[in-house]
Amino acid sequence: MSRILIIAEHDGAILNVATAKTLTGARALGVDDIDVAVFAADPAAVAGQAAELNGVSRVLSVAGADFAHPLAARLAPEVAAMAGDYSHILAPSTTFGKDLLPRAAALIGVNQVSDIMEVIDARTFKRPIYAGNAIVTVRVPEGGPVVATIRTASFAASEGGGSASIEERQPQAGDPGHTRFIKVEGSDGSGPDLSSAPIVVSGGRALGSADNFAIIYGLAKRMGAAVGASRAAVDAGYVPNELQVGQTGKIIAPDLYFAIGISGAIQHLTGIKDAGTIVAINKDAEAPIFEIADLGLVGDLFEIIPELEKAL
Amino acid sequence: MKILVALKRVVDYNVRVRVKSDGSGVETDGVKMSINPFDEIALEEALRIKERGQAEEVIVCSMGGADVQQQLRTGLAMGADRAIHVETAGAVQPLTAARILLKLIEKEQPGIAFLGKQAIDDDCNQTGQMLAALWDRPQATFASKVDISEGKATVKREVDAGLETIEVDLPAVLTSDLRLNEPRFVKLPDIMKAKRKPLDTIGLNELGVEAAAELESISFEPPPKRGGGKMVESVGQLVSELKNKGLL
Repeated sequence: MSRILIIAEHDGAILNVATAKTLTGARALGVDDIDVAVFAADPAAVAGQAAELNGVSRVLSVAGADFAHPLAARLAPEVAAMAGDYSHILAPSTTFGKDLLPRAAALIGVNQVSDIMEVIDARTFKRPIYAGNAIVTVRVPEGGPVVATIRTASFAASEGGGSASIEERQPQAGDPGHTRFIKVEGSDGSGPDLSSAPIVVSGGRALGSADNFAIIYGLAKRMGAAVGASRAAVDAGYVPNELQVGQTGKIIAPDLYFAIGISGAIQHLTGIKDAGTIVAINKDAEAPIFEIADLGLVGDLFEIIPELEKAL
Repeated sequence: MKILVALKRVVDYNVRVRVKSDGSGVETDGVKMSINPFDEIALEEALRIKERGQAEEVIVCSMGGADVQQQLRTGLAMGADRAIHVETAGAVQPLTAARILLKLIEKEQPGIAFLGKQAIDDDCNQTGQMLAALWDRPQATFASKVDISEGKATVKREVDAGLETIEVDLPAVLTSDLRLNEPRFVKLPDIMKAKRKPLDTIGLNELGVEAAAELESISFEPPPKRGGGKMVESVGQLVSELKNKGLL
């Protein structure tokens, strides 16, 4: 039996692009039957979007009022209840997938493969360890399904054009009642999403203050880019933490990445090494960021950025 | 309330890890070993909860060979009350680790099991979630703020969308993210004091844990290198390079 189940990530209305990237990873396994499970209070819209992804066989649409927020304790038993029908159970390696899937894996009784970056065969994968400083090839033993998260930066999003069937399913477990969603505070939601934007403009400690960071927002707006930041800039309080790019923040793969006033600590580089083209602007010519940048410009960012905006 | 904190012995985060030339693993001979930084943050938070009078005892535990006792002693020096060393023949993978922790929980009955969100060696990010599943209790992962009151924990979590707040009934599993706190430095007198604190060793078979089927590591390799880049002299040159690449 070879059949793949992907757990969809969404916000209740829109299917997250991480799901389409996970699908690309799934298609590399050489298995034809790929189902996508959508757990939501009202799954119709998201299920419809999942059904349009090319390569999906079926969408399993599971409605439940207590699916309004994706709590791992509520969803993991649902995933485990579906597991018997599948050889592979996948989710994106986002905070959603990282929170949920190990809980499901434990209920199923298997170890998980975290952060698959390359598929060798249906049970053999490459994944990063030591913050990306080494890559290990692992094989999943026989005797249980492959439960794995897919590193979204390693796979392009699957295209649309599919027309999968949508089947309604009933929840198999109840609300354990011990975990309650209170709220989520995000950035204002303006501008493209950092995780999926084709262009990202990131600022570092050299910006010097939260006020000065406005120059980064300005350039990003001019370019239609998302804003990111180094851990140093986040820790200094210049920007909220969800803008952090790096091993402990977001791992991204835009077509074009601007690292401005970022020295290039190893943990930041880990977050951008799949970017198409990296542009570094820094006044320190010895900064490690220049070792991996495709284009480097040494100089004062406060002079360069206005000039760059004018030239665009 | 007791708090159980799991500490993993890992290659120190300042060490630049190298893959062995034969691809059989990473170089760990003579390399500095430390408490996994996320676990250290978990321990710091547990100690602060105790210092606020909301817990009576902080227990640190680890699994592995005799050398993990070094990290347990560091945990005791930070302020943990006692330590448990579960002897295993080397590193264990997350599901077995979670099964071991469950046995310790059954014995100690803590109100909180506190772990780091992931270990910086295998970067799995699984054990806390697995433990919560096996224990059939709530999980609050990637915590950047924890408030305890009346048998509940209110936890701010670092998620991709920003900061999510959830409330969980205790007992529960919490896992720490980077910004939860800054761990204290250990002082020399505390290291001396830690030598007299209790450290129990338990054999894996005494716990009656069934080891899970492990992933097989076939080979290791260094990450692909990005090709060397090009320095430009002016904004104009930068813009024309980007235009040439079709990026603008």
